[in-house]
Amino acid sequence: MNDCFHCGEPLRGSTLTARVEERDEPVCCSGCQAVAELIAGTGLGDFYRYRDGASVRPNNDTQSDKWRVYADPQFAAQFTRTTNQQTSVTLLIEGLRCSACSWLIDQVLRRHAGVRDVSVNAATGRASISWDGTKLDLAEIMRSIAQLGYVPHPATDETVTRALREERRDSLKRLAVAGFGMMQVMMFAVAVYSAELANEIMEPRLLSYFRMVSLLVATPVMFYAGAPILLSAWNSLRSRSIGMDVPVSIALMLAYGASVWNTFSSAGGEVYFDSVTMFIFFLTLGRFVQMSVRQHTAGVTDALARQLPSVAHRIGANGSEDVPVTSLCVGDVIQVRRGEVLPADGRLLEGDAQIDEAMLTGESLPVHRRVGDRVVAGTINVDGPISIDITALGRDTALSHIVSLMQRAQTYKPALARNADSAAARFLGYVLIGAGLTCAAWLAIDPSQAFAATLAVLVVACPCAFAIAMPAALASATASLGRHGILLTDPDALESLAKVDHIVFDKTGTLTRGELRISRCLSLTDLTEQQCLHIAALLEQASEHPLARAFAPYSDGGTVEDLQTVAGRGVQGRIDGRLYRIGTPEFVAELRQEPHRHPPQHLTGSVIMLGDEQQALAWFELTDSMRSAAPLAVSQLRSLQIESRILSGDGPEAVQAVARRCGIGEHFARCTAQQKLTHVLDLQKQGKRVGVIGDGVNDAPVLGAADVSIAMGRGAALAHASAGLVLVNDNLAALPEAVLLARRTLRIAKQNLLWAAIYNLGSIPLAALGFIPPWLAALGMSLSSIAVMLNSTRLLPRSARRNTPPPIIASAQPRETTA
Amino acid sequence: MSILFVLIPLSLALVIFAGWGFFWAVNAGQFDDLESPGWDALRDDPPPEDKSRDG
Repeated sequence: MNDCFHCGEPLRGSTLTARVEERDEPVCCSGCQAVAELIAGTGLGDFYRYRDGASVRPNNDTQSDKWRVYADPQFAAQFTRTTNQQTSVTLLIEGLRCSACSWLIDQVLRRHAGVRDVSVNAATGRASISWDGTKLDLAEIMRSIAQLGYVPHPATDETVTRALREERRDSLKRLAVAGFGMMQVMMFAVAVYSAELANEIMEPRLLSYFRMVSLLVATPVMFYAGAPILLSAWNSLRSRSIGMDVPVSIALMLAYGASVWNTFSSAGGEVYFDSVTMFIFFLTLGRFVQMSVRQHTAGVTDALARQLPSVAHRIGANGSEDVPVTSLCVGDVIQVRRGEVLPADGRLLEGDAQIDEAMLTGESLPVHRRVGDRVVAGTINVDGPISIDITALGRDTALSHIVSLMQRAQTYKPALARNADSAAARFLGYVLIGAGLTCAAWLAIDPSQAFAATLAVLVVACPCAFAIAMPAALASATASLGRHGILLTDPDALESLAKVDHIVFDKTGTLTRGELRISRCLSLTDLTEQQCLHIAALLEQASEHPLARAFAPYSDGGTVEDLQTVAGRGVQGRIDGRLYRIGTPEFVAELRQEPHRHPPQHLTGSVIMLGDEQQALAWFELTDSMRSAAPLAVSQLRSLQIESRILSGDGPEAVQAVARRCGIGEHFARCTAQQKLTHVLDLQKQGKRVGVIGDGVNDAPVLGAADVSIAMGRGAALAHASAGLVLVNDNLAALPEAVLLARRTLRIAKQNLLWAAIYNLGSIPLAALGFIPPWLAALGMSLSSIAVMLNSTRLLPRSARRNTPPPIIASAQPRETTA
Repeated sequence: MSILFVLIPLSLALVIFAGWGFFWAVNAGQFDDLESPGWDALRDDPPPEDKSRDG
């Protein structure tokens, strides 16, 4: 029981407990304690039994209620829609990970008197809430969600969300039409074929009736369900290239056209409605599977919007007023309070500031900025309030430039995809030539057979087995990866992952947790280390500085008076009548008026000092704690012939220390986003296949350029958006598993393709020679696709095939999330 | 066999009805989230307000 019951983080000495379902469970901080007791206290303790993974650690927000601005009806009206006393809003919910989370939010919101309807979608991380506008306001709703430890944001990307939802609904409908149509047409076709098999002559009137009905059913399948295929073929023809859909469409048009002709002509040639509908159904199914996999990324589409706040405090003639960020303009002066995210780039006007730029640079410690210095949007002000003069907004900010850098980087990528495309185009070219030759040959020998044989070649050359060989393997692999806590956001990533031979790690937040922890305490007097820690924790309890948070677990109550925070230097306070200071050695030494001491050599990382008016009391060394799974993951990757290296924005000592403990030989410190990008591109030029794993916004460009990019689940949303894989639980140990699974997937996909190829190569000559009657082609087509499907299910996790007992959440380790 | 001339249009009518039903369900958002509604079954009635939880 070394992990927090609520958030799954290590306890780090915390002795706090939360009472949940008649048991005392350990928690890591008072925030988690409050949330866990709130959840249990309202009778929602079931949440812990059904959730998929550890929950979000709540921010210990001591600042004034930031949801208050949403109480202003005019301000809230930007995000809400109001009709007849009913107000509704769509909120993006940060930290919403699984269905149990959405259940919890749903339950809590429904307890409010005015709430009419709540629907929380775990897949897209969005909640739609409607309520009685006279009884409740938006602020109240957002506050309730925030109390649970989630962060609500008003959704500003309504159009994107709607487009994705429409796409999904649309393809579902097409799939249904194709499925229904296929079943109906097949029913009629079987009747006709069985008559043929039994050498019976069907009554001509009945036969033409069957054909008419088949035509009736096949037409919507062809022109509604098949529309995307036909359109995509038309588009690729217009851009003078041969896409996958071109031969497919030619075959479909030929088969459909000929069948219509034969239905109405008195000559009574063959009809192929069964082949047409079945073909369209399997193609649509393949597309649907691919789209579902792709849409998993929907939740992170407005990553940028989520990073920047929607409210700013503008300082005007009448003091400070809360305005939406969209109404700011360059030259405005805004105030940014402690713990808030900067909404725009600007110059610091008054006072020094501590800015957490981890999102941008990966630097784990806040940076000290002076008056006149430039500060950028997306970074966090960790100290007292600052005011800034806006120099850039929205698209012009440094953050936006990183985003566009990332988008450009993505154009470096498609080497592998290009190869696959060109191979497919060549193959399809041969198919068209083969069909043309068949047609010419049969015209010379027996013109009456020419059409049937040509069509057979076209149909048989692009069978569903080919169409679903990759998607089927991918779908199974996606399910399997989900079991390991990995979310596949880009289907191509799996293929690349199987071939990767270098993995580049970011340090902060990837190999390490991205949070500071006290690694050593050196007492200089006869005080015990515990006593020093208690004094330090008391002094630091009010500070928002990341260094201060490291002391929180050691706090055990007590009072401190005259607490003063000196930005960038430290904290001073009086405990039991004695005046103490904690902070930089210079700051602490000033109190006793003597020159400061240098920290002992063996203390690496960030060193701070505790002292009183007489003497220096203790040194504290704070380091970013390494993820325990990191060394194992690196050594397992090595056994898979994958080399690891570190590219970090952090200082050399910190990088070296982590590299040594993980057993990574090659490491590079103080890399900017641009340098990381160049480094990876250089590696790729040497013919290496590079995987990049990172978490920050600064990693986004390099993630975009990598052959395969992996983001940490708790990392920046922007990193998710440019990553092919997301490690949902930040569990590095899943990485070697993912590589193994990717290799297995590729092997199985290859088997699928091989099987499809054998089937095709065998059947094309037979079809060209006119030996394959339609019913045999249909049967062969079905059997080959079933074989492919069955082969792909081998990738499914074993437990998914058997009956698994329902997971019971113990508190010990982070859970896997089923994607 | 002339019964087929009645039965097949009937079956087509059924298919159209089923298709219409499916379209309606899709448009009404029945397929938008296939996971969360499964949890609705676990929803208990709210506990009695006055009863204290620690017993």
